[in-house]
Amino acid sequence: MPELSKKDRMKIPRQPMPEQDSKIRRSNFKEVNLGFTEELARLEALRCLQCPKPVCIEGCPVGVNIKGFINLVAQGDFLGAASKIKEDNMLPAICGRVCPQEEQCEAKCVVGVKGEPIAIGRLERFVADYEREHVGLRAPEIKSKTGKKVAIVGSGPSGLSCAGDLIQMGHDVTVFEALHELGGVLVYGIPEFRLPKEIVKTEIDSLKNLGVDFQTNAVIGVTDTIEELMQNGYDAVFIAVGAGLPHFLNIEGENLNGVYSSNEFLTRVNLMKAYKFPEYDTPVFNVKDKNVAVFGGGNTAMDAVRTSKRLGAKNAYIIYRRSDIEMPARKEEIHHAKEEGIEFLLLSNPNKFIGDKDGWLTGVELIKMELGEPDSSGRRKPIPIEGSNYILDIDMAVIAIGNGSNPIIQKTTPEINFNKWGNIVVDEETMATSKKGVFAGGDIVTGGATVILAMGAGRKAAKAINDFLLVTK
Amino acid sequence: MYKIINAKFLAPNIKRFVIEAPKIALKRKAGQFVIIRIKDGGERIPLTIADSDTLAGTITIIVQGIGKTTTELNTLNSGDAILDVVGPLGKPSHIENFGTAISIGGGVGTAIAYPTAVALKAAGNHTISIIGGRSKEFVILEDEMKKVCDEVYPTTDDGSYGFHGFVTQKLKELIDSGTKIDFVLAIGPIPMMKAVADTTRPYGIKTVVSLNPIMVDGTGMCGGCRATVDNKTVFVCVDGPEFDAHLVDFKTLERRNKTYRDSEAESLHDYKCYLDQIFEANLKN
Ligand SMILES: Cc1cc2nc3c(=O)[nH]c(=O)nc-3n(C[C@H](O)[C@H](O)[C@H](O)COP(=O)(O)OP(=O)(O)OC[C@H]3O[C@@H](n4cnc5c(N)ncnc54)[C@H](O)[C@@H]3O)c2cc1C
Ligand SMILES: Cc1cc2nc3c(=O)[nH]c(=O)nc-3n(C[C@H](O)[C@H](O)[C@H](O)COP(=O)(O)OP(=O)(O)OC[C@H]3O[C@@H](n4cnc5c(N)ncnc54)[C@H](O)[C@@H]3O)c2cc1C
Ligand code: SF4
Ligand code: SF4
Ligand code: FES
Repeated sequence: MPELSKKDRMKIPRQPMPEQDSKIRRSNFKEVNLGFTEELARLEALRCLQCPKPVCIEGCPVGVNIKGFINLVAQGDFLGAASKIKEDNMLPAICGRVCPQEEQCEAKCVVGVKGEPIAIGRLERFVADYEREHVGLRAPEIKSKTGKKVAIVGSGPSGLSCAGDLIQMGHDVTVFEALHELGGVLVYGIPEFRLPKEIVKTEIDSLKNLGVDFQTNAVIGVTDTIEELMQNGYDAVFIAVGAGLPHFLNIEGENLNGVYSSNEFLTRVNLMKAYKFPEYDTPVFNVKDKNVAVFGGGNTAMDAVRTSKRLGAKNAYIIYRRSDIEMPARKEEIHHAKEEGIEFLLLSNPNKFIGDKDGWLTGVELIKMELGEPDSSGRRKPIPIEGSNYILDIDMAVIAIGNGSNPIIQKTTPEINFNKWGNIVVDEETMATSKKGVFAGGDIVTGGATVILAMGAGRKAAKAINDFLLVTK
Repeated sequence: MYKIINAKFLAPNIKRFVIEAPKIALKRKAGQFVIIRIKDGGERIPLTIADSDTLAGTITIIVQGIGKTTTELNTLNSGDAILDVVGPLGKPSHIENFGTAISIGGGVGTAIAYPTAVALKAAGNHTISIIGGRSKEFVILEDEMKKVCDEVYPTTDDGSYGFHGFVTQKLKELIDSGTKIDFVLAIGPIPMMKAVADTTRPYGIKTVVSLNPIMVDGTGMCGGCRATVDNKTVFVCVDGPEFDAHLVDFKTLERRNKTYRDSEAESLHDYKCYLDQIFEANLKN
C-alpha cells in the first residue's frame, strides 16, 4: 500500500458501521451492529495520523496502545493488532462493543477536533472478532504454579479479568458466582442484540481452558462467608459482586402488576430467555400490542425499552426527567433506539402509577419539568411545572434509575469498611479493603460504572494480590 | 448437578425429594429455602428446605405440582438429578421459647411449617400443630409432626379425617377453650394465611406467616418478590420469607402472584399434552 500523506488520510471519511435495518431488527434479538469488513477496517485505520503524542490513549481507562494496534490494522496484521490490544485489555470483543468510546478514547482523538474521530471502538471490535473467528482465542503463557489460592467473588468483567491475570501469574483461581450462569451484567443485563452471549461464553471458556475453576450457585455471604473462604485455604479474596440492588421510584402504585425493576425485566428476558417462552420456562409480561414506559435515561433504560419493542410493544416510551443532553446513555444507543421507533418523553417525571380494580397497571401520572440552575453534579436541575400533570396510558413499566449495592457481603463481613452508600472502601492503588488479604473492585466499589472500569479494577487488584501473595509465604 | 437420592409421593401431587447438597445441608436453618432449576432452559423456583441430614449430606424438599415446573419436577425419581440448587436463602425463622407455639400448615404448607415446628420444640416450647387438607389423603407429615409436637390436630375440609372444617376453625376452638397461646406460625395458601391472621388479630397473639411471592434470583437483585408489609415494600427473598401476619398486605401478594397466570396456564397445558403424547407412545410400544 502506498504511503499516504497526512492530508490524504484526513480526506478519508469515517467508515460507517454496517448494521441490521431498523425495521427488521426491531423484531429480532440478533446483533444490531454487523461489524467492519477487512476493507472497511483497513480504510478506517488509514485515517489515523499516528500522532507522535497519541492523546487517544489518555482517554482509555486502561491505556490500550491505540496508535500501535491501529497501525497493525492498517498493515493488515490483524492478529498482531489483537495481541497488542490484549496487552492492556483482556476483553476487547466486549469493550469494542459496549465502551462509551465517544466519551473516552474517541473523545480525545485529534482527528475529532475538526472532523469525526477515528472509530477506535469499532476497530477494536473488528480485531477481536477477527482473532476469535480465524484462530480462536490464543492461550497466553502461564507461569509455573505458586501453590497459592485465590477466591474471586462474582463473575462480571471485574472478576473475570482478575481471574485471567492471576491464573497467568501461576496462582490457583476459583470464581464463585451466585447465579447459575457466568458473566454478570454481560449476560443478565446487556441484551443479546448489543452483546451476543456467545462472545461472553468464548471468553469464559478460554479462562476455563487456562485452568480457572468456576463455581456457580454460590452466593458468598450465604453459601460461604468471606471469612470461611479464607479458613478453607484461600490466601486472598477479590470481591467483584457488582451493583446488584434495584432502585425504585418510591411512588404510589409501584407494586401494581406490570411494574418491573430493570434488573428483573432484563434478567427474565436475557438470562432466563423469556423472549423464547414457552420454549424456555420463564415468562415475562406479554407486551404484544401494549404500551410500555421505561423510566430513566441510561444504557439500562435504552436496553429495556429496545427489548420491549422487540417483544412486540405497540408504543415504547423513554421517560426522563431532564433533557436529551443530560441523558447518560451512549449516543449510539439513543440513536439506535430512535431509529427503532422508541418515543422519548423528556422533561417528564412520574407522580404515581394507576391501576385497575384487579391491580394491573393501566397508566402513569406524569408532570412536565423545566431545567433550573445546575446542581452539585453540574447538570441543570429539573423543576416540576405546576399544573402540567397528565396521564399516559401504559400496561407495563420498567424502572431503570440505577442500582445500589446488594447488602449480602456487608451484612456477613463486619471487618470490611463500607461507605454510606454501601460501596466497599478500598485503597485506590491496590484495591485492598480494610480486611487483610481481601481486595475489591468494579461496581461494588464505584457504584454502577462501566465494563472497562470494572475490568481495569480487576487487573489492578490482580497485580496487588500477586504482590501480596509473594510477600506472605 | 444435584442427585436425587430418594423420591416419594406423600399425597396426590405432593412429592418428597431427598437431594444430595452437602454444603446446604450443613448450613441451613429452619425457615430457609433453596432456589432450583431442573434443567437447561428451566425456570428458577423457590422451595423450602423441609429437613436435612448433615451426615448424609442431603436436604429434603416437598413439592406440590401446581404449574409446569413443579409438575415436571414431580416426574423425577431417585437417580435423576437437578441442574441447579442454590441456598440456603432467606432469613432463618426467629425462634425462641414463647411458651405455647402453634404451627399451622395448609396442604403443602405443612411441609414448610415442619422445620420451624422442630426448632420451636427444641427451643422448649409447648408445641401444637394443626395440619389441614382438603380431604384425608391431602393431610401430610402427620407422623413427623407427632414426633415434635405435644398436640397434633389434623383437619379436613370434607370431614373425611380429623377435625371437620378449616384450620382456622380448629384454631378458634383452641383459643375459645382457653388454651394459652403465645405464638402462631401459619403457612399455606394465601387465603388461609390471611384467615389465620384475622383469627388471631383480635386476641393480639403474635402471628407469623411465610410469604410465597414469585421469585427469580432469590438474592435481592431483581425486586420481583416485593411485597407490602406495614405499608412498606420488602423483598421477601432477603427480608423474609417470614413476616408479622398482622402487617402483611395479602391482597397485593395474591394479585402479584397472578402476574403470569395466562402464560403459565399455556405452558402447563403444552407440557401436559407432551406428557400425554409420551404416555400414548409408551402404550403403543
Ligand atoms: C442493562 C445494563 C447495560 C449496561 N450497558 C453498559 C454499556 O453499554 N457500556 C458499559 O461500559 N457499561 C454498561 N453497563 C455497566 C456495566 O455492565 C457494569 O459497570 C459492569 O458490568 C460492572 O462489572 P462488575 O464485574 O463490577 O459487576 P457485574 O457485572 O455486576 O458482576 C457481578 C457478578 O457478581 C455476582 N454476585 C453478586 N453477589 C454475589 C455474591 N454474594 N456471591 C457470588 N456472586 C455474587 C453477580 O451475580 C454478578 O454475576 C451496563 C449495565 C447494565 C445493568
Ligand atoms: C420462599 C418460598 C418457599 C416455597 N416453598 C415451597 C415448598 O416447600 N413446596 C412447594 O410445593 N412450593 C413452595 N413454594 C411455592 C413454589 O415456589 C411455587 O409453587 C412454584 O414456583 C410454582 O412454579 P410452577 O412453574 O410449577 O407454577 P407456575 O406455573 O409458576 O404457577 C402456577 C400457579 O401458581 C401460582 N403461583 C405462582 N408462583 C407461586 C408461588 N410462589 N406460590 C404460590 N403460587 C404461585 C400462579 O399464580 C399460577 O396460577 C415456595 C415459594 C416461596 C416463595
Ligand atoms: S477499551 Fe474502550 S476506551 Fe479503551 S481503547 Fe478500547 S474502546 Fe476505547
Ligand atoms: S489521537 Fe487519533 S489520530 Fe492520533 S494516534 Fe490516536 S487515534 Fe490516531
Ligand atoms: S427474588 Fe429477586 S429480589 Fe427477591
